[in-house]
Amino acid sequence: MVGLMIGAVIVAVLPLIFILGSLIVRGAGSLSVAFFTRMPVPAGETGGGVLHAIVGTLIIVGIAALMGVPIGMGAGLHAAEYPGSKISWTARFVADVMNGTPSIVVGVFAYTLVVAPQKHYSAFAGSLALAVLMVPMIMRSTEELIKLVPNSLREAALALGYARWRTSLSIVLRTALPGIVTGSLLAIARVAGETAPLLLTALGNQYFSVDINGPMETLPHVVYKYATGPYEEWHQFAWAAALVLILVVLVLSIAARIATRQKFGGARG
Amino acid sequence: MTATLEPPVAATPIMVPRVTFEPRDAEPEPIATGELAIEVRDFSFWYGQVQALQHVSLTVPRRAVTALIGPSGCGKSTFLRSINRMNDLISGTRVEGEIVVEGASVYGSEIDLVAHRQRVGMVFQRPNPFPKSIYDNVAYGPALNALCSRRDLPDLVEQCLRRAALWDEVRDRLDAPATGLSGGQQQRLCIARALGNQPTVLLMDEPCSALDPIATQRVEELIFELKRDYTIVIVTHNMQQAARVSDFTGFFDRGGLLVELGGTNQIFTNPKHERTEAYITGRFG
Repeated sequence: MVGLMIGAVIVAVLPLIFILGSLIVRGAGSLSVAFFTRMPVPAGETGGGVLHAIVGTLIIVGIAALMGVPIGMGAGLHAAEYPGSKISWTARFVADVMNGTPSIVVGVFAYTLVVAPQKHYSAFAGSLALAVLMVPMIMRSTEELIKLVPNSLREAALALGYARWRTSLSIVLRTALPGIVTGSLLAIARVAGETAPLLLTALGNQYFSVDINGPMETLPHVVYKYATGPYEEWHQFAWAAALVLILVVLVLSIAARIATRQKFGGARG
Repeated sequence: MTATLEPPVAATPIMVPRVTFEPRDAEPEPIATGELAIEVRDFSFWYGQVQALQHVSLTVPRRAVTALIGPSGCGKSTFLRSINRMNDLISGTRVEGEIVVEGASVYGSEIDLVAHRQRVGMVFQRPNPFPKSIYDNVAYGPALNALCSRRDLPDLVEQCLRRAALWDEVRDRLDAPATGLSGGQQQRLCIARALGNQPTVLLMDEPCSALDPIATQRVEELIFELKRDYTIVIVTHNMQQAARVSDFTGFFDRGGLLVELGGTNQIFTNPKHERTEAYITGRFG
């Protein structure tokens, strides 16, 4: 039995190791300081970087997080604190359906809502799509973590004369916050790698742009564009961009781990 | 059926706990005629269809310790939690009758629950400090209820921690997380936190059941100290504890009936009701 489980772990981890390994082998060679600080060069030349895509990803994902995290957290808090209410039941149901929705559908949603009326692609539409993807994940993880807060803490706060809403915000949410931050960071990391909704919204941009009302380049899109391009240098470029994207996600995941660890350290200390 | 519940006669000397009890010089009158902190009239309580309390009527005198004892599931905790309406958290509960605390009808329409809970502090079965610093645990209540100015807050915190006999142990680490304290210290911190709100009544729901004997003794000494200034109602599983700390004792029986309420001395030496006697001599419970 133990042997089977170890086998399952190996089967689960192997593809990951292959992906990471080939990314590092093929992509690391093209990584340089210039890759992070320069713009791409015309086809045929070597060198250049993806500064525009790194900045674009940070902007789009950052704005998505600003929109998605508070909404997701608030919805999760309500669903956990008033589990019996109709709103909570509905929100939970919608979140579960949304979690299974293909991201391209969310991309179409943002397209019809923002891109089509404005008649141009925009980074903001991309942020909106990513936020929509983020909300159900954050809501569900927040709800699960809030449920873990012992009821005795709620009682203690209420017995001190805290109103219900104040108990929820200043005691329950505060107690669960490290875990909620972890869940939110993981959700952010998860949507940072989304490509499909961005194709329909942020589109991509070969020039440096910080205008959220216009097209903007992102790392997943760079990978897509250069990997499907005809030139060998482009392929190299795509490998390196994919490695950078993985690193960004890795950094977010590590930050999430640290946030969790501090919680347990504090409890002991 | 009932006969089998009675222990064999031969076993009686072993099974009956000897309630050691020193008679007090000035035993208060069973039902104090003087100042009353809490008056309960014909109070009944339901969890959905299940009736947990039946027509309970009792009075709690000011600045004394009233202990509520009884077997598991007799409704004594439900009763205690009715006094500051903690049962409101549970859906599907229903009450009848009246509880009056310091002149205010707790289930009346005019009650300000926040102010009421500020005046009626509560200490729970398991220590439940907030996952904040020791200082913040005590300071949060008074800061929230604006009971003292920001400038006087440190003094109030110190005073409460002193009253809870915890100051000397934590004075050097007020910023340390409260969850790092021992169980007994945490429970005294919870008492200090309740005192921070400057209540008049303290409700204690088996405050020592999660503590070791030494921590229990410290909390009991503390209860004895605190009754000079506060009206204390304590629910306990432990009859010796009721005998040690309380001035008055009420006995609840299964089904949520208050069988008997009287001076602790009288309840433990000369109970009027045979169910009370059966319980305190350990024949059931």
